[in-house]
Amino acid sequence: MLEVFIFATLNGLVTGLLLFMLASGLTLIFSMMGVLNFAHASFYMLGAYFAYSISLYLGFWAGLIFAPLIVGVLGALVERYGLRRVHQSGHVAELVFTFGMAFLIEEAVQFFWGPDTKNYQSPDLLDFPLFTLFGQEFPAYRGFMIGISISIFIGLYYLLTRSRVGIIIQAAITHPHTVANLGHNVPFIFMGVFGVGTALAGIAGVIAGPILTTFPGMAVVLGSIVFVIVVIGGLGSLVGAFIASLLIGLLQSYAIASDVGVQDLLNVLGLEFDRNHPLTDLWTLTLPQVAPILPFLLLVLVLIFRPTGLMGKREQ
Amino acid sequence: MLEVSDLHAYYGKSHILQGITFNVQEGEIVSLLGRNGVGRSTTVKAIMGEVLPQGSIRFKNQEIGGKKSFEIANLGLGYVPENRDIFPTLTARQNLQLGMKSSKANGRWSVEEIFSMFPNLADRAEIDGGVLSGGEQQMLCMCRTLMGDPDMIMIDEPTEGLAPKIVEQVANLLQEIANRGVAILLVEQKLNIALNISHRLYVMGHGQMVYEGTPASLMQADEVRAEWLEV
Repeated sequence: MLEVFIFATLNGLVTGLLLFMLASGLTLIFSMMGVLNFAHASFYMLGAYFAYSISLYLGFWAGLIFAPLIVGVLGALVERYGLRRVHQSGHVAELVFTFGMAFLIEEAVQFFWGPDTKNYQSPDLLDFPLFTLFGQEFPAYRGFMIGISISIFIGLYYLLTRSRVGIIIQAAITHPHTVANLGHNVPFIFMGVFGVGTALAGIAGVIAGPILTTFPGMAVVLGSIVFVIVVIGGLGSLVGAFIASLLIGLLQSYAIASDVGVQDLLNVLGLEFDRNHPLTDLWTLTLPQVAPILPFLLLVLVLIFRPTGLMGKREQ
Repeated sequence: MLEVSDLHAYYGKSHILQGITFNVQEGEIVSLLGRNGVGRSTTVKAIMGEVLPQGSIRFKNQEIGGKKSFEIANLGLGYVPENRDIFPTLTARQNLQLGMKSSKANGRWSVEEIFSMFPNLADRAEIDGGVLSGGEQQMLCMCRTLMGDPDMIMIDEPTEGLAPKIVEQVANLLQEIANRGVAILLVEQKLNIALNISHRLYVMGHGQMVYEGTPASLMQADEVRAEWLEV
């Protein structure tokens, strides 16, 4: 039981921190521009595909460095020549634009890389068990994912709260005109934040690609959950996104690792169930089966009881 | 230093500035006076590019009309807005740091010097700007702009809503700014502070310049004060 809990926690951490890398970029962009970037998970997918192609010639580590850079530059260009122009037409136009970008990127990925799953592998250097506990091995690559995600969180938190650049970004979020009057190029800052946000998504793609498989539907799989996270965490809150990412990651991981079902709950309550009952499929449901819908269930609960999210600033 | 010629500006279809012309020379303190709604704030906003200007605006012999706000600020023209716009979640020190331009590391002002001039601000250096008093916020806002080491500064209603003691501090700071060779365009409604510190004055009415002179000449012009300034 203890080993199940420990490994479920570790796997939950890996998933949660991976989700945070996506959610942090999305949160940054939302904070500055007030727009939910529907194409965000598509940049995550691009990160995986660019890294895969680079790894074929230069290896995994080159992909880890260059793929996020390419994705970041692409993101900055999308902001500069797309979103900035659409911005003048309001938020609805921006949403439609990012929605269209998501489709465009998915089609482009299929066009250039094809519809099949790519054999994108984790590096040989990390192909060993980091430790063995209760006879189970924890892969070094997953430890690497945890390390890189935590480093990014610390780096981002330091950048935004302690550095001069972070101070300018924070001020530009709420008072763009005043910041411009002090001599700071606010549109350039916005472009940079969009680029960094998409580059973070790119890093997530690079390190998730070998584990979650690299295929054209990978953006759709993770995209909806990332939106759930930013809403649960509170739109615009980086700390909220961090907490919600870990919450969702651990929640899903524990659910998958458990072998509890509705039947067990009924038994605890002293209730019997009839195998011929029309709802018998419901009684036989297990927690691992409902794990994928738990984030959405949590979203509904948060929206009912705390509409601003855990650390939300939407009302301010 | 600043030459404004035949400046027009509009809010929608409203013709706010109707061809105003004035100038500010190096190291000079010039006040722009007038009642509320005559276009004084719009004038400085048009100069900073916050309102679309029509006409000529030259700063340091360079046309700045139509340039972006950050480009104008980087040319050395500072602006302290009427609403102060302190960043409420940043500390007083961070507010000051925000005003610095990396290209001007050795300017006329430093954070430590500002704190020694205003001990109140020094005591509250690590406190969020949003919880400072109105007077402290005004000082912080002016000092934040000074951190960018402008050659000229435009200050919109710096004494609005402040206690007389704080108004005196503002006047002292304005004098100190001028002593360091920074030209000032002071937008004011209160006559006494403008009369005390200005080299020249302009009076605006209905979006136009209706008077230009010195403090002494304005004191003699009873009909101008009665028609355009006194309530």
